Amino acid sequence: MVELTIDGRPLQAREGSTVLETALANGIDIPRLCYHPELLPSGACRLCLVEVEGRPAPVVSCGLTVAPGLKITTQSERLYRYRREVISLLLSDHPLRCVVCDKAGKCGLQKYAYEFGLAESTFRVEISRSLYQDDNPFFVRDHQACILCGRCVRVCDEVVGANAIEQAGRGFFAHVATPFDMPMVESSCVFCGNCVALCPTSALMPKARLKQGREWDLECTRTVCGYCGVGCTVEIMTSSKGQIVDVRGDTGSPATSVNGEMLCVKGRFGWEFLQHPDRLTKPLVRRDLAERMGLASHPPAPLSVHGEGGERAPRPPLSARGEGVGGEVTPVAPPSPVGKGAGGLGPSSPFVEVSWDAALDLVASRLAETVRAHGPDAVAGLASAKCTNEENYVFQKLMRVALGTNNVDHCARLCHASTVAGLARSFGSGAMTNSIREIRDADCVLVTGSNTTEAHPVISYEIVRAVRRGASLIVVDPRRIALAEKATLFLQPLPGTDYVVFLAMIDAIIRNGWLDHEFVETRTEGFEAMARSVSRYTPELASKVSGVPADLILRAARVYALGLRAAEAERTLTPPSAPLSREAGEGSGVRGASSILYAMGITQRSHGTDIVQTLANLAMVAGQIGRPSTGVNPLRGQCNVQGACDAGALPDLYPGYQRVADESVRRTMAERWQVESLPDSPGLTVVEMMHAALRGDVKAMCIMGENPMVSDPNLSHVKEALSSLPFLVVQDIFLTETAQLAHVVLPATAFAEKSGTYTSTERRVQLLRPAIEAPGEAREDLQIVAELARRIDAKLGVSRPAGYWDFPTQAAAMLELGKSAPIYGGITHERVADGGLCWPCPSADHPGTPILHVGRFTRGKGLFHAIEYQPAAEVPDAEYPLILTTGRMLYHYHTGSMTRRDERLDWREPRAYAEINERDAQEAGVRDGGPVEITSRRGTIRSQARVGNRVPAGVVFVPMHFAEAAANVLTQDSTLDPVAKIPEFKVSAVRIGRPTRARVPGR
Amino acid sequence: MKTIVKVGLSTCGLAAGGQATYDALKAEAKSGRFPFEVQATGCVGACHREPLVDIVEDGATWLYGPISADRVAPLLEGHFRRGSHPETGNWLVSHRADRSDYPFLGRQVKVTTQLCGVIDPLSLDDYLAADGYRALQEALKMSPEAVVDVVKRSKLRGRGGAGFPTGTKWEAALKARGSAKYVVCNADEGDPGAFMDRTMIEGDPHRLLEGMMIAAHAIGAQAGYIYVRAEYPIAVKRLEIATRQAREAGYLGPNALGRGRPFDIIIKEGAGAFVCGEETALMHSIEGLRGMPRMRPPYPAQSGLWGCPTNINNVETYASVPSILLDGPDWFAGLGTPNSGGTKAFALTGAVVRTGLAEVPIGLPVRDMIFEVGGGIRHGRAFKAVQMGGPSGGCIPASKLDTRIDYEDLRATGAIMGSGGMVVVDETTCMVDLTRFFLEFTQSESCGKCVPCRIGTRKMLDTVRRFTHGEGEPDDLAKLPELAEMVRVTSLCGLGQTAPNPVLTTMRYFRDEYEAHVHERLCPAGACAALRRG
Repeated sequence: MVELTIDGRPLQAREGSTVLETALANGIDIPRLCYHPELLPSGACRLCLVEVEGRPAPVVSCGLTVAPGLKITTQSERLYRYRREVISLLLSDHPLRCVVCDKAGKCGLQKYAYEFGLAESTFRVEISRSLYQDDNPFFVRDHQACILCGRCVRVCDEVVGANAIEQAGRGFFAHVATPFDMPMVESSCVFCGNCVALCPTSALMPKARLKQGREWDLECTRTVCGYCGVGCTVEIMTSSKGQIVDVRGDTGSPATSVNGEMLCVKGRFGWEFLQHPDRLTKPLVRRDLAERMGLASHPPAPLSVHGEGGERAPRPPLSARGEGVGGEVTPVAPPSPVGKGAGGLGPSSPFVEVSWDAALDLVASRLAETVRAHGPDAVAGLASAKCTNEENYVFQKLMRVALGTNNVDHCARLCHASTVAGLARSFGSGAMTNSIREIRDADCVLVTGSNTTEAHPVISYEIVRAVRRGASLIVVDPRRIALAEKATLFLQPLPGTDYVVFLAMIDAIIRNGWLDHEFVETRTEGFEAMARSVSRYTPELASKVSGVPADLILRAARVYALGLRAAEAERTLTPPSAPLSREAGEGSGVRGASSILYAMGITQRSHGTDIVQTLANLAMVAGQIGRPSTGVNPLRGQCNVQGACDAGALPDLYPGYQRVADESVRRTMAERWQVESLPDSPGLTVVEMMHAALRGDVKAMCIMGENPMVSDPNLSHVKEALSSLPFLVVQDIFLTETAQLAHVVLPATAFAEKSGTYTSTERRVQLLRPAIEAPGEAREDLQIVAELARRIDAKLGVSRPAGYWDFPTQAAAMLELGKSAPIYGGITHERVADGGLCWPCPSADHPGTPILHVGRFTRGKGLFHAIEYQPAAEVPDAEYPLILTTGRMLYHYHTGSMTRRDERLDWREPRAYAEINERDAQEAGVRDGGPVEITSRRGTIRSQARVGNRVPAGVVFVPMHFAEAAANVLTQDSTLDPVAKIPEFKVSAVRIGRPTRARVPGR
Repeated sequence: MKTIVKVGLSTCGLAAGGQATYDALKAEAKSGRFPFEVQATGCVGACHREPLVDIVEDGATWLYGPISADRVAPLLEGHFRRGSHPETGNWLVSHRADRSDYPFLGRQVKVTTQLCGVIDPLSLDDYLAADGYRALQEALKMSPEAVVDVVKRSKLRGRGGAGFPTGTKWEAALKARGSAKYVVCNADEGDPGAFMDRTMIEGDPHRLLEGMMIAAHAIGAQAGYIYVRAEYPIAVKRLEIATRQAREAGYLGPNALGRGRPFDIIIKEGAGAFVCGEETALMHSIEGLRGMPRMRPPYPAQSGLWGCPTNINNVETYASVPSILLDGPDWFAGLGTPNSGGTKAFALTGAVVRTGLAEVPIGLPVRDMIFEVGGGIRHGRAFKAVQMGGPSGGCIPASKLDTRIDYEDLRATGAIMGSGGMVVVDETTCMVDLTRFFLEFTQSESCGKCVPCRIGTRKMLDTVRRFTHGEGEPDDLAKLPELAEMVRVTSLCGLGQTAPNPVLTTMRYFRDEYEAHVHERLCPAGACAALRRG
């Protein structure tokens, strides 16, 4: 700590911090406009000048590093005069439209004009720029209002790394510009809007926010973003009419949230779906089923069914919303013969709206009948990574307790099942070992199988920040993703071969003495066997298999193992021909911190568990785990995929990763849940459910907020399976591709309409708060599931203690989850209301665990696994010569049900596409922007070609979000990872060609 | 011994028609009428007499000028057949080796420009024959610390204008920790009326390279950059040729600094931004970013190019180093004042009789520079002021003519040493209008980053412009210096901090002119068109 004096107050400051930071931290306010705590100081506005004792002229405090004995004065006659002059100069170049300005009340310039008593400038007014740019649907740029503080330029450069804008022009006519002042969309802009968020004036405004009310008219609700697993805090701004008009990052207490004020394009602008007319507002039942059940007694309002173009019933007023869910069980007249064949039912029959009571009773009777007739395992359920922990907890309890089956899973199976299995085997816990904010302080970041920039933008900001601070970045990816451009080392293995590169890196670390002897000896077991097995993977062999140059593998090994920063890593490279010899004692010296980040490029593989364990081996040999800014960090895909796993929506695990197969665990759980016994064998996984449905073993399915008809592999097979189900109930917010196959569809609420908790990818449990009202009669999934459970119990004649299924609030469900899952033992809504807590948090006074495995692994010692390289299940051959790999892109999310209903996101990326290498495109006669047909052994899709070199020759990339050209028509579901049962989305053999005849595009 | 006829073919020589002179001489040499060889050289500094022709014979020299192509034949006649052409004597500039017979050159002490106009800048052999790269060999025998010590003892200070002690700067870069280090040469000479760097590079490019190599050895750099104005195409070309020659000869390359230590120099052309002469903006520009200054600290010695320790000096500073190594720091220090060693080159322009590049010992009175070197004011007019240091500098009035050319002394007048521009104005120049000119320059060259520079200079310009249009208000006379002071104190970088200097110094020394413009709507010099009386 450094001791200094500010305004006569003796203060302590962190070494390396600035005078401004120190002053602000101690409640001493210094005027500032260009300063932002998340950006490097720039010194542009000159407002934060202070007097320094012993210096003749004032100094800007944002650029002044604290030093012992500094004596600072923040207020003086001279400083006042200079600051007032600065504001006056700014006002001379700023139209004073405050009375009609949407930013009024939140404008930095207005604030200081007020404080310095400047109704207008003391200088002659001359407006330097008059440009008003309205070239995109996300935000407008009013250059007149710009004060050139440079925050937008800096956030784009230092945090986002997009570098879409820069200051252009000189002198008085300097302005913020895209390259050549072209429209935003022609630049590298990713429309994250962080520039908009940080703009102190109205120069950058969200378009939807304009003319929607003044700042003080808006209501702000602090909650958690409903898109990816980063867990950004969002502030939903609603107008007096209850409409969302803006979404912001955390402006309240940015330091406590993962994202601060930053967001990505989806989080900030992708909220239109919430109040979209397509939202489901009433329970729907197939007309023929409804008629047979006598449910269509109310005038059957024909509903628009996909492809039929019928008119949609008007939304009922909010006052007429569904009757309470308080457990009343209304008997529904004669249960018709169900279960066998369900003849005539299915997509051909349109939906009709029914009452909640009727719908719930129908679902409960169908499920109860199925259990009675075919046994509990004839029912299967998919929980949801988009629903809350509480909802997933109750859902899995419904499956296990009310229906009596372990057939519960969710789409984590398709993304990180191999992580959960692999890291649990190696470390004892299958989740991110470190927190997101630590990434910025890493010395080396290794990113593999993650297109972080597009799939987890806010985490990519952390990587950009780390690189800006001098960290080295190693990217291992078959695609030349955006991060590759910022990488110190870019390794581009063919899809499916990254694995051998990591094995070779481990071998190189051991051979060259870069391993952490002490760590390996004291903290791990199984090293010798692993070292033996890995010794055959020389860089040369790995190079032959993967196509990555051997010396690049060696360098990556050294840089990662020793945690070298970019400058030191560069030295590794010069002179390029110098052999990498063992530098004496390198492995025993002080190591930098290296962090591994990975996502589905690693996990969605037929040997995903092995690869995850290989990464765990890599971290352990280098001792890069259990310290800040290190670790093995899987980036989870959906907002609550971590939580859905934590809450036990897995066929082999109870809440808190307690094994179903373990008898003592089972007994404890049975006791806790007040049942005599629980089903003892692990249930079916997602893909197994589909196979079982097709075989007829599964006869009824409940799907809560999932869309396997786009997300699951081999879609034609999925469609066949779901269509063949005698009974399918789907609860969702839209009539998704899956809901369109259902017999009953229940309207649910979205994240912005409820409370409850999400657990982000860094294991942080965070509280949701309702910002808007749910549309029509839509109900919380928690209440739907609880009510179903009650009714199923009634149908099956089971009696339980009073209030057994009563969860009046999400908070109540959390209390029960905490009792069932020890890692959540200390978590309550109250405790996570502000900033959240990272599990394990076993008790009410536990502070949470941001870093796992410090000093001791969850399983005791870290376990090395001897892993042998295995090629992908499906390799290219003469008929299917190319490798298909699938993934995400920035502007869309998962199956597109949310983002494709956002006009703005859709404006930016309206069509399905396929990335194809120029060489392959030329051979196939496919041109950039032209049609392309991609065929695998499972099917064919037609898409638009994006020809370039983002994918290497021999590889095709198709994003997963577009139902009309669904990547998963092509992927295979026959070979699953033997442990995690995850399908291999990332490697399929395909061929491409130009479509021979025109076909009406699907959708 | 062969007679060699040298023609100055730097920008000034070429602009004056030197190429035609050179061609005519070539033709004459080929004809064999007179026994001589023709050689191109740089500028000896006497730009006002270009094209200059120097006839060197048995160690004796006859410098003639101006010699246009049509004067070549008479000159040769007159020179080789003494007296046969009477005008030859009028054309003679100097015929003494020390040039003491020509006042412009006589008062000069040439260190950094000693070979300009003497050697062929495109010939490495010429440079080597004049002890070129010997200082480097000497330096490489010394430890980096010893080299730094020599430079410190020489009292060499940064010739870019700020005058920071060079040895101290080098020491900081030497001590800075970092595996990669850089040396950077600021050759982005942007002041209107300044051409010191251009003349030096065009006349003796290897001297700069050698100075940078010595600096690289002293701080432990592996690479160097010369950031040079693209508006200096000849300088760029000569640097490219010189670096290529140095590379071929092994002075640059994998073993440039001996014992396997590599060093190479990359030429980076600017794109016409004055602000890129500011060191942090310059480094941003090299990195491929927009040339915008940033706050210091960290200073380049700690975190410069790409965040690595970097030593940045201007052309003249590096060019001083070889002489310091060869002739000793004490000799160099002895040339100047107690606080500042060596010499400083000035681009003397404006209303003086003799314009050109003059290298004089530090400490020479301004008066001597203007009246002896420059020969006084043209057309017998009265001296009014000299603008030192271009738009970032200030003016020195007649009353301050005895000020010594030294960093501290000049600063006391409100002017600065600057990089070496010296624009002399006479009674026909309006000081308000001159201020407007410089403000227009700084305003349009401001990068726009900080408020005082972006808008403050605009408002200053606005006020001064109104003065010259006869629209000034008495109130402005009070407000202008206040704003100028605010801009000077609060601006982010040197550009903004010095932009008010012309305003502040002219208002200090020529307040009467301002008052005449405002109160009487009159321009005493008769220069402001709007205020000219019928």
